[in-house]
Amino acid sequence: MELFLQSIINSFIQGGFFALWAVGLVLVFGVMGVVNFAHGELVMVGAYTIWVLHAQYGTPYLWSLCLAILLVMMIGLAMERFLFRPKQGDPLGGLINSIGVLFILQVVAHVVGGTGPAKQVAPPYAGTMIIGELLRIPYQRLFALAISAVALLLLWYFLTRTKLGWSLRAVAVDREAAALQGININRTSAIAIGVSGALAGLAGGLMAPMTNIYPTMGHNVLITAFIVTIVGGMGSLSGAVIAAVLYAFLHTFVTVYVSGTIATMCGLLIMVVVLIIRPTGIMGKRVSE
Amino acid sequence: MISPRIISIVVLLVGLVILPHFLKFHHQDFLIFLGINILVVVSYRLMTLTGEWSLIHIVMMGVGAYTSALLSKSLGVSFWISMPMAGISAGFVAALLCFPLFRMTQFYFLIGSFAVGEAIRLAWIYFVKPFGGSSGINNVPPPEFWGLDFMEPIIYFYLVLTIVTICLFILYRIENSRIGLTLHAVHWQAPLAESVGVDTWRYRSLAFIIASLFVGIAGALKVHYLGIVTPHQFGVGTMVFVLIWVILGGYNTFWGPILGAVVLSVLDESFRTFEALRPAIYGALLIAGIMFLPKGFESIAPKVRAWWRSSRASPSP
Repeated sequence: MELFLQSIINSFIQGGFFALWAVGLVLVFGVMGVVNFAHGELVMVGAYTIWVLHAQYGTPYLWSLCLAILLVMMIGLAMERFLFRPKQGDPLGGLINSIGVLFILQVVAHVVGGTGPAKQVAPPYAGTMIIGELLRIPYQRLFALAISAVALLLLWYFLTRTKLGWSLRAVAVDREAAALQGININRTSAIAIGVSGALAGLAGGLMAPMTNIYPTMGHNVLITAFIVTIVGGMGSLSGAVIAAVLYAFLHTFVTVYVSGTIATMCGLLIMVVVLIIRPTGIMGKRVSE
Repeated sequence: MISPRIISIVVLLVGLVILPHFLKFHHQDFLIFLGINILVVVSYRLMTLTGEWSLIHIVMMGVGAYTSALLSKSLGVSFWISMPMAGISAGFVAALLCFPLFRMTQFYFLIGSFAVGEAIRLAWIYFVKPFGGSSGINNVPPPEFWGLDFMEPIIYFYLVLTIVTICLFILYRIENSRIGLTLHAVHWQAPLAESVGVDTWRYRSLAFIIASLFVGIAGALKVHYLGIVTPHQFGVGTMVFVLIWVILGGYNTFWGPILGAVVLSVLDESFRTFEALRPAIYGALLIAGIMFLPKGFESIAPKVRAWWRSSRASPSP
């Protein structure tokens, strides 16, 4: 029972991370049509920034988190300006460029962190909240859950209640029509990847005190983000969030009661089934032609 | 009538037969893997002829490698039977996967093939009983033939050279046959091809099965040289390298992927001194290639030829 309740709480926390990872991928794919294979590496850079600034140089955690968000956002913007913009309308070219960035960022992480065992960061918010003698939730995890929820709410507000957000969605629906309405495509793309990078940096920074940090940690992030985006429907943000929570539940429970490998396998197979039966995902709408 | 192309191929083959005798041990090693990788990229190209990019190709190589390793180690089957069996089993698995995979196209096919491949790879990790888990299967016996010592890289290189040449010849003939032309049609004119009675689903599947069959053979060649097979050899990282070779080499001609594999492998080998930086150099090359040479290395030759002609037409004073 204790394990069961604990797993439910963990699922929600995992779900928050999965949603942050996936939403960034969806934004970039929706607005720019590029599958950003380096997205996992952006999260990794966020985590490394915390390790360097907070664990090595003792910068306060919140400051390091802000700097991680800024740094990853800048990397995203640079990728858009120099790699994706010249390759507009060539999805394969954009994808290959993002793979190039993936390799480079992994090597940078190797150079910064050195080889050796995975890095760990001591949680800045020590202590555990104990509810009813049974549940133990470390404050660090509560903090992460709260921040990811706030970030997702802000994103939702931005996309549905502001003009800029509308223009982003307009470009995702129909690029040419949006351009004809006077929406600046390049600026919109920059905003999309900036937001995506900021979310990736945030996710990496929040994860840093809870996981092992190593140069190839982005691999798992990318696989999970793929599963979540496909199941949720490519281009649907609410779908991605719902799918993230559902997949987090599945993954946590299968990991606890069976094995982690089987959990990822289930996720991949569900993704294939969704691709076959309903390629638009659980929340996607079918576009009639 | 002997065409210049056939002469140049014969010269190349003779050169390759002599070459390893002048090389050090680890360069001979390098040549063996290069030969295997060439078979991987050329078989992948058959798949890309239909316009679909898959991420499962290298996992199919793993299917072949595991089949051959299990047959020869557990059942004591000779290499000469287990190698074709590796190809057949990879082709068979591909045939089964056609039903789910080819309900998707384009981007969804890419992601779908990635998911299925990763699931197969995780199965190798999870089912320790036949597949040996993360550490894989080791001590796979080398081939036996007339008492030749296949642990010797030169001998093994000749084996790879023979088999890869035969496979390349078959793949070349397939591409230039009716089937190959139909595959082109399926890529560029799918609705038109369908309207004249071509079953595009069947031809996509056929290309996938043939490509898997040959890459399965490449897997067998690899495992009997290394003596070990692990799930990590067939991860998406390896697949990315195959993609890079094919795209940077150029996929519009039969020779493009080969050129990509050879040039990039040689470059990679020469960066061996900067071990840790190698992936970054690769990444930078990749970006430079796609930005400045989007049609691949194969597009250099016609450009140089055109430049040569124009410079001869108007000789400089």
